[in-house]
Amino acid sequence: MKTASSWIDRNARYLFPLPAILAIVVLIVAPVVTNFVLSLYDYFVGGRAFFVGLENYQRAATDPRVWNGIKNTFYFTFTAVPLQLLVGIGIAVLFNRDFPGKGLARTIILLPMVATPVAIALIWALMFNPSLGVMNYFLETLGLERSLWVAQSNLAIPSLVLVDTWQWSPMIALILLAAMQGVPSEHYEAARIDGASGWQSFWHITIPGIRSAIVVALILRAVDALKTFDIIYVITEGGPGTASETLNVLAFKTGFQFFHAGYAATLLIFLMFLVLGVAVLLNAVRKRT
Amino acid sequence: MTPAASASALAAAQAARRARRVKLIKTIGIFLLIAVVVVIMLFPFYWMVLTSLRSQVDNVSRVPVWWFTPTWENYQNVIARNNFLTFTWNSFVVAALSTGIGLVLGLPAAYSIARFKQDGLALAILIARLTPYITYLVPWYLAFRALGLIDTYLALTLTHLIVGMPLIVWIMISFFEGVPQDLEEAAFVDGATRIGAFMRVILPLSTPGIVAASILAFIFSWNQFLFSLVLSGPNTRPVPVAVFNFISYGQIDFGGLGAAAVLITLPVVILTLIIQRWIVTGLTMGAVKG
Repeated sequence: MKTASSWIDRNARYLFPLPAILAIVVLIVAPVVTNFVLSLYDYFVGGRAFFVGLENYQRAATDPRVWNGIKNTFYFTFTAVPLQLLVGIGIAVLFNRDFPGKGLARTIILLPMVATPVAIALIWALMFNPSLGVMNYFLETLGLERSLWVAQSNLAIPSLVLVDTWQWSPMIALILLAAMQGVPSEHYEAARIDGASGWQSFWHITIPGIRSAIVVALILRAVDALKTFDIIYVITEGGPGTASETLNVLAFKTGFQFFHAGYAATLLIFLMFLVLGVAVLLNAVRKRT
Repeated sequence: MTPAASASALAAAQAARRARRVKLIKTIGIFLLIAVVVVIMLFPFYWMVLTSLRSQVDNVSRVPVWWFTPTWENYQNVIARNNFLTFTWNSFVVAALSTGIGLVLGLPAAYSIARFKQDGLALAILIARLTPYITYLVPWYLAFRALGLIDTYLALTLTHLIVGMPLIVWIMISFFEGVPQDLEEAAFVDGATRIGAFMRVILPLSTPGIVAASILAFIFSWNQFLFSLVLSGPNTRPVPVAVFNFISYGQIDFGGLGAAAVLITLPVVILTLIIQRWIVTGLTMGAVKG
């Protein structure tokens, strides 16, 4: 008994993480490896698998629907993320002071990011409804024209960007707020004595002080935005037509509506490298700043 | 006092008053902006609740009906006609099981990473969080299909573990790093084994972190849609998928949707209130301390 426990103690560094490592290998590494194998086969779920080498990759490279998916993925991500960074900085600046009800306000802005995405997406879908939705009521109240929102091809992604920005700007704001509270108040004092305006001290003290937090927020949001699924699938299912079909949604349909598992695996490998590539790139930027 | 001096005193007083007024206007402006932010963030939830309490006639009115006599009809319909309680139970079972297993696997791993500085392992777990979940789904679907495990709690629990375990590990790493190593050393001197010290010294000291990590893992599983959409079925369907199917078939029952949305979201909101300090830490995998 004594020797058994001392053996455990000596090897604690291997034994403690072992169950989690096994889970990761089975749950995560094995599926990724399987995808690489699957991508070499022409295989429909329930059918026979035919080895086709790199044919799936060649097909994907010339498939207009894949390119459309990549374009939509980038369009969504690189509109949503900068927009929510700006909104997030704005909210953080507003909240970086004492005001009555601050605790309650901070709690409220947590809600969009924790609420069940399907529920949020459904409510936004109701709000976007062209004939009965409250968004058109707001437009009319403001004297603007009614819109088709997600029902119109060229507005589908901008509308989804709006939902994503509503959902995630508060997270960026809270990340930056935490960073702003770490900027020493003497720096602001010194700037005030030197006669700096509010804008100048924001630009020359706040922004440099929270730069690394901004990059962390950007990495997290970019990675998550590239793989957004719930709100897109629930609100538009990639439509109208393929107007808001991102790579993620296309891969899902390929796998679970057309049951073309081999091709879906190929698209998933694309998506995985895309997401991890962006993560590595942004992380390199973070290390340089 | 000379006339010139009194005039300059007057001017100074006026300037001070003007400065006060500018400051007041600025303060009011900032308050208004904060109010606008809060209202925008709250509005979809407010609309969700209104929709759930309105009759179908009011819900399909062309001009939004803001004032009305609330009805519980939509809630009764959702709960009675749509097996909502069964779906809720399914969600609860999967969230509880995946969180429980996530703790059993994740806590020792997080301790080991914190104590032995296993940064490589931490990075591997982070990559698992960054990789799109859908990447794992096609192989998982094929495997579960071959094993006859589609529409079982086992399939859902295992896949939800992918969501919960990395979260638990990353939150707990920073927590365990904060537990003074002396306490552990003292336990060793008293003859405790590594496991004994972990169970009786480290874990009890980390209770707040464990509670926060568990609640977050529970919320993430509760909210999970993608895995459940593919791997659940009539016997195990969790709430998000059930509610999604709700719109896919037949005509849209606005009130019913609103009621269902409120019922899914309510537990999450309550749990969030308990651990609000930890939400951002969890969502950022510990990159930001709350």
